[in-house]
Amino acid sequence: MRGALLSERPVKLACRGVWKLFGPGAEGFLRDHGGAPARAAIDAAGLIPAVRDAHLDVRQGEIFIIMGLSGSGKSTLVRCLSRLIEPTAGEILFDGQDLLRAGEREMIELRRHKMGMVFQHFALLPHLTVLGNVAFPLEVQGLPRAEREARAREVVELVGLQGREGYYPRELSGGQQQRVGIARSLAVEPELWFLDEPFSALDPLIRREMQDEFLRLQSLLHKTIVFITHDFDEAIRLADRIAIMKDGEIIQTGSPEELVVAPSDDYVAEFTRDIPRAKVLTVGSVMTPGDGSGATAGEVAASDRIAEIADRVEAAQRPHAVLDDDGRVVGSIGRAAVVDVLIGRGGRS
Amino acid sequence: MSASPQPRLAQLGPGWPRIGPVGGFWMLALVASFVLAAYGKAWTAALGARWAMKYPAGWRLSLKRDISAFMDWLIEEASFGLFTFTELTRGLAWLIERPYELAVSLFATGFLQGLGSEAVQVLPPLSWIGVIAVVVAMGHYARDWRLAAFVGLCFGYLAVFGQWDSAMVTLSSIVIAVPFGVAGGLLLGIAGYRWPWFERAVTPVLDLMQTVPIFAYLVPILFLFGFGPVAALVATIIYAMPPMVRVTMLALKSVPEEIKDFGRMAGCSRRQMTWKVLVPSAKPGLMVGVNQVIMLSLNMVIIASMIGAGGLGYDVLTSLRRLDIGGGLEAGVAIVVLAVALDRLSQAFAQRSLPEHDDRPRSLLQRHPWSATVVLVILGSGLAGVFAPALQSYPEGAQVTTGAFWEGLVRGINVNFFDELEALKTFMLVTFLVPVKRFLLGLPWPWVILLLGVAGWQLGRWKLALLTVLLAFFIVANGLWPKAMITVYLCGVSVVIAGLLGIPLGILAAQNERAGRIVGGVIDTLQTLPSFVYLIPVVMLFRVGDFSAMIAVILYALAPAVRYTAHGIRALDPQLVEAGVVAGCTRRQLLWKIKLPLALPEIMLGLNQTIMLALSMLVITALVGTRDLGQEVYIALTKADTGRGIVAGLSVAFIAIIADRLIAAGAQRAKRRLGLA
Repeated sequence: MRGALLSERPVKLACRGVWKLFGPGAEGFLRDHGGAPARAAIDAAGLIPAVRDAHLDVRQGEIFIIMGLSGSGKSTLVRCLSRLIEPTAGEILFDGQDLLRAGEREMIELRRHKMGMVFQHFALLPHLTVLGNVAFPLEVQGLPRAEREARAREVVELVGLQGREGYYPRELSGGQQQRVGIARSLAVEPELWFLDEPFSALDPLIRREMQDEFLRLQSLLHKTIVFITHDFDEAIRLADRIAIMKDGEIIQTGSPEELVVAPSDDYVAEFTRDIPRAKVLTVGSVMTPGDGSGATAGEVAASDRIAEIADRVEAAQRPHAVLDDDGRVVGSIGRAAVVDVLIGRGGRS
Repeated sequence: MSASPQPRLAQLGPGWPRIGPVGGFWMLALVASFVLAAYGKAWTAALGARWAMKYPAGWRLSLKRDISAFMDWLIEEASFGLFTFTELTRGLAWLIERPYELAVSLFATGFLQGLGSEAVQVLPPLSWIGVIAVVVAMGHYARDWRLAAFVGLCFGYLAVFGQWDSAMVTLSSIVIAVPFGVAGGLLLGIAGYRWPWFERAVTPVLDLMQTVPIFAYLVPILFLFGFGPVAALVATIIYAMPPMVRVTMLALKSVPEEIKDFGRMAGCSRRQMTWKVLVPSAKPGLMVGVNQVIMLSLNMVIIASMIGAGGLGYDVLTSLRRLDIGGGLEAGVAIVVLAVALDRLSQAFAQRSLPEHDDRPRSLLQRHPWSATVVLVILGSGLAGVFAPALQSYPEGAQVTTGAFWEGLVRGINVNFFDELEALKTFMLVTFLVPVKRFLLGLPWPWVILLLGVAGWQLGRWKLALLTVLLAFFIVANGLWPKAMITVYLCGVSVVIAGLLGIPLGILAAQNERAGRIVGGVIDTLQTLPSFVYLIPVVMLFRVGDFSAMIAVILYALAPAVRYTAHGIRALDPQLVEAGVVAGCTRRQLLWKIKLPLALPEIMLGLNQTIMLALSMLVITALVGTRDLGQEVYIALTKADTGRGIVAGLSVAFIAIIADRLIAAGAQRAKRRLGLA
């Protein structure tokens, strides 16, 4: 699922030069400064730059994570992508169509059928049962009751809440409430799935369980996902690619491995410093390239993470051969390389 | 060592403000005022500037006449093309009258055929047993058996003590006024939420509506709708609606941003967003507004008995006029009982927890056991009532009248304690009320306006200074200055006494949990009572006059002084108190050096509310013979003189606005100084 394959898939959602400045007269200000004002000019005008010149390509079926600390503009950016907030400038292309040019009616239709969103604090309607909440987006579309409830039951079952259909949100635990939130966002079978810090309000143990649940769902559904988090561990765990934001700017976009191996600046490096490398780095990035001549103890795949094969490689006297996706030998990996990664010593990291 | 806590304490608490140049100015101004009050009249006469004491009639604005002329024009000539203004008011009246007649038939008179004394009852009204069954069921549905029993007892009281018929007339007014008030307030509130310009436009109108005294509403309404229950209902609806508008805007705004985002992401249209997402999510907040509408409606329905609402208010009014002590108190107690029952019931509905899940499949009847029972009781008692009238209306023979008891009690007090009561009254009048009144009436109006302007400038610069001066001048220019000063004097002494009583009570309530519960309970009950009720015992004991008015105003306006003080002290950052304790403060020092100075802004806001309530009550005390602006409005009401009523009403509102803006600015400033804002 990772690596080469991804870059060949079509772009589902793209954003080009998106700006969001808060404050009066933001649009005129941006135009006057040629669409790219300097930081100092923005401050001088008394405007707050929430998103600055964002460029993104989210590909079909990808889990794209936007990571940043609070105040970095990630929530504003995702709301620009879904047009909950009107960007000051730029283009948001959904299947090549510019969302910012869509009329109100058109936008409502798009949201009703093609988008789903999960919220940090669940945003469940307190007066509706689980079933009522999950069926709500379908109700809004005007689906007859029987039909929407049948569909809602399916999704409720998908997230493992069968038997709780008649409960009210406040009768559920945080994790269960977010399952309702997830079910609700999936009820319309969206093509594009936004998750805004969906697990941040949950306890660490529950959070982990929900991340597994999320991965399970994605392996079934293959949605195109934009996922917001402030938790780098979560990002590493779930992402195909990560965009790191700081002060409204995207400072680096790449796979978890790329971020760890080649952070673009000190800020990114600071995030990645405490990440256990073995969980991020693939065999391919630390192997010794070669044609595989010499004796080997076994074979590992280039796309395997070090943590997955460390035990095997370390136990063997001789190095393992590394195979690429087509099964060709592209190099070898030995004990020393694995141990270097595990204890974070020198080498190529 | 020993000196060290001292400077630290000074940092902890801001201490009381010292007398600086500003304080010095006001000390001087006070002294100057005293001198002016004593000699002003002689001096101005000597200088040939009598206009400074008495605004010349020739300079007055003709606003009163203009407004009256405008009203005449409205009624006689105004037309919107398709229909005239009179037709519009008639249409409105018709719209309200139909459901009102239905409600009155249902609760009080039964359905009649024919006119006047020849009318034949086709269908009886709801039996007293039926009505009690309904309220008991509502009590149980809203909370539990205890509330059900409580409201059942309250309504039972009305039946046993012979107040049933009047109470049902009052209740029918409320049953009609509340849905109109709630629906109107909700729609206006939604409009204000959706269009910010509408909110900006409607907020000052709401401010004004809530400060204009109740009577002032009655005058134009009386003029437009005539004397009768419909005019009373219109007044009630208009009076009860503003809080609902405010509560709606607030409740919709405080729906979590994420829920609004969700609604949009689900693809809601505007209508779906409002009715399927926002309003249901804001329901708990909205229910608080409904409770307020109910209580204000009750308050107004009682007062509106003056323009033709029947019921309990009418009973009180006629008893007061006849000086029928027993009858007045009986009806007054019935109002209290009704008010408390309605308040508890609607609060329980407001706080009612959301429904629990219920998976058992059941039939319609099983799901609504209460509705079914109530319908059975109503039909059963109604049918049985045909044969046994006691089941239809509570038998007169079994009624207990407490009139004689109350009469005896009041007479007993008056006979046995006449000297004491009279001594208290005279003492207060001679040492406090009369000197303050003389002082205020002795001040030349330009001097007062000057001081108001200076105060406005100090607290809020030009904007506030201009506002206070203009509003005060409005009163002068309409020739109402002396009456306004009497209003200020009565309001002032009442607020001072209410503060002297209320602030210590608030401190007590905040420091001691048990006292807090008791004081809170009493205050809550005091606040649910319609303002009219306060007049009854006061008049019985002290007869008419300024002193009686003052007592009624104090009772009515006490609540916010207590409540805000208690809240201000309770809401303090506990770390500040702990810091004081660690620094070795005694309890007294804690209170005086830390808690009170820091709670000062909150206490000021409480006093502000006290002033607002005092002014609104003061107008009602016109009934017991004050000579202030309230009296002016009341006279206008009896003469249906719209211009006079509106101008006097606006003057009261302007006094309220001046006080409110000055105090709010002062509190804001104190907060900023303490770093709390």
